[in-house]
Amino acid sequence: MKNKPTKTGYFSKGFFSKNSLTAFCFLIVPLAVYTIFVIYPILQAVWFSMFKWNGLGPMNNFIGVDNFFKIFSDPVFRIAIGNNFKIVFLSLFFQLPLALFIALIIARKFRGAVVYRAIFFLPYILSEVIAGVLWSFIYNPQYGIQNTALTDIIPFLADFPFLSSPSTVFYSIFFVMIWKYFGLHMVLYIAGLQNIPQEIEEAARLDGVNWWQMNRYIILPLLKPTIYLSVFFSIVGSFQTFDIVWAMGKGEPVHAAETMVTYMYKFGFQRFQLGYGSAVAIVIFIITLGVGMFYQKITASKDI
Amino acid sequence: MKKILFMTLLALLLVSTGSCTKKESDGVTISFWHLDTADEFKATWQKKADAFMKLNPHVKIEITILENEAFKQKIATMMQSGNPPDLFRSWGGGVMNMYAESGLLRDITKDLKKDGFIDTIAEGPLGVYSYKGKVYGMPYTMGAVGLWYNKKMFKDNGIEPFQTWDDLIAGCKKLKAAGITPIALGGNDKWPGHFWWVYLAVRTGGKDAFDKAYGRSGSFSDQPFVEAGRLLKQLVEIEPFQKGFLGATYTDQSTLVANGKAAMELMGQWAPSVQAQNTDDKKGLGDDLGFMPFPAVSGGAGKITDAMGGGDGFAVGKNAPDETIEFLKFLMSGDNYKDLMNSPISILPTVKGAEKYITDPQEKAVAEMTAKAEYYQLYYDQYLPPAVGEVVKDATQGLFAGTKTPEEAAAMIEKAMQEEN
Repeated sequence: MKNKPTKTGYFSKGFFSKNSLTAFCFLIVPLAVYTIFVIYPILQAVWFSMFKWNGLGPMNNFIGVDNFFKIFSDPVFRIAIGNNFKIVFLSLFFQLPLALFIALIIARKFRGAVVYRAIFFLPYILSEVIAGVLWSFIYNPQYGIQNTALTDIIPFLADFPFLSSPSTVFYSIFFVMIWKYFGLHMVLYIAGLQNIPQEIEEAARLDGVNWWQMNRYIILPLLKPTIYLSVFFSIVGSFQTFDIVWAMGKGEPVHAAETMVTYMYKFGFQRFQLGYGSAVAIVIFIITLGVGMFYQKITASKDI
Repeated sequence: MKKILFMTLLALLLVSTGSCTKKESDGVTISFWHLDTADEFKATWQKKADAFMKLNPHVKIEITILENEAFKQKIATMMQSGNPPDLFRSWGGGVMNMYAESGLLRDITKDLKKDGFIDTIAEGPLGVYSYKGKVYGMPYTMGAVGLWYNKKMFKDNGIEPFQTWDDLIAGCKKLKAAGITPIALGGNDKWPGHFWWVYLAVRTGGKDAFDKAYGRSGSFSDQPFVEAGRLLKQLVEIEPFQKGFLGATYTDQSTLVANGKAAMELMGQWAPSVQAQNTDDKKGLGDDLGFMPFPAVSGGAGKITDAMGGGDGFAVGKNAPDETIEFLKFLMSGDNYKDLMNSPISILPTVKGAEKYITDPQEKAVAEMTAKAEYYQLYYDQYLPPAVGEVVKDATQGLFAGTKTPEEAAAMIEKAMQEEN
């Protein structure tokens, strides 16, 4: 190859240049796959969402945007969307700081550090459904751990309803989410911490900073890219929450632990309202995309 | 060289796709889906399928078994993909009608009429598996829901089987005072709870109120339906259910009664067999298990003899081969049906004249109640269109959780019914 493409080569030489043609040939397969499996289904869902349709017969009941009005007037959807945002905020304010705190402790080299890392990361390896079923057993009011162990240690928990009360079910499930996912964020942070050059810390220590100053003014700013990434994962994951909630009582009782995706599944598939379900999917898509883009914008402006 | 390689690959590809689409002419496969996950139940169906395959060597029956809730989810997806199994468990009613309406089921009326087979099945149950005069499936059992109770616990506490709703409330209070959980309920599954409200509505409003509300000359927010909620609320307020019942499943419910941890449950004809499966010795409560009809409500339009219930049966998918119907007939006749009745699967016969084979006194009681009912109501969640049935379950769960008032629950159902029409 004589004329190696420069960084801007593909575009500066016009669309039909030899290089861009080569690029296009390479792109055609992923582009086709992307169109068939991503773009097309989204457009199809938009089309479905304008019908009252049970998914079985022909679509002949065009109702325009009525489905969208129905979504936002449904109190259950409001619970669901509220729960999703609760998961986002609780994750950001409890799960991630916890992960960061533990990461700061065990990123240092000491005896057994690797063992701790493995223990904290272990829940993340379990599948959501297994974790959900496991914790359902733990929470079971008749033969769960609460009836055997907790009663003696923490008397207050003896009558705690966990999954069987609308007021506690969401937090009981959220606790499992923390347990399951904080390990992932912890590992991300540890990886980020290990990228911070030792010299900087040493120099700072020579200057006489204390633990707080070290973390606040040196480590945290240097860890910013990792934190941005972890927050992004957390937000996107929060909007997609389904499996754990489904395995731990399907969002019941009285829809108290419903998320947008369980709502879509129940009201779309189970009730044979595919048109309505598609509309819910579009709403989830727009919200996730909107929040994602907003996040990208605010983090990008703070140059990572 | 490259060209030759390319051509061979192409040829290979064509051959392989060709062989995939080639229809097997020498055999027929029937896909058969049921939801009886207990070992002995599974074995019963497998045995019958094996026997049929032995008689018809060209037929292969492929059985798929899914747990109740998983089954409902999977079958919904299969239907939406337009690819139903050949023979699958169905409860008839509104859900089946919707499949029939969309042309996903096979009309088997002619096949059943051909040799007079249709006359051997009781009309009432067959009606549940028919839509607009066409038969799409067949029930193998049809019974009623009632209170299954622990006779010993009742006797020890001086409680007689209930005649009225007030008796039930008083009985629950007595049991509670004695430190016994009066009622087991799988509140998270919703359908066991919806039985309570529907039965109360059957008692308060009778056939008339339901027919009016369903036919749209009346409404589900009419007084009898609100009254049903009010009575249910009265029960919920004395807290007769096990700890954490809103998070419990039907299996939890059955296990509690079967192991003597709760005094009663409101359940259908299958309750004794499921209870037995949920005990270590597979025997359940044995002779201590009693059955009584749902109590009467004073001033209600319905009689204590009116029954709410349903059946279990199989529907036939649109692409089913003729052999599927042969298999169905095979199951539903002669010694095969007798075998089913004698199996651990509790069956209240839908085949005419098979009543005499019932040996169990409780099963007899349910069968009699079903046969005598002047007004027989199929479970709402199966009778009503799926979207409305789900709302009924949501509304009743709200009553159990105390998050909905009787009026709100009734209005919710009415609203869903209006949207459906």
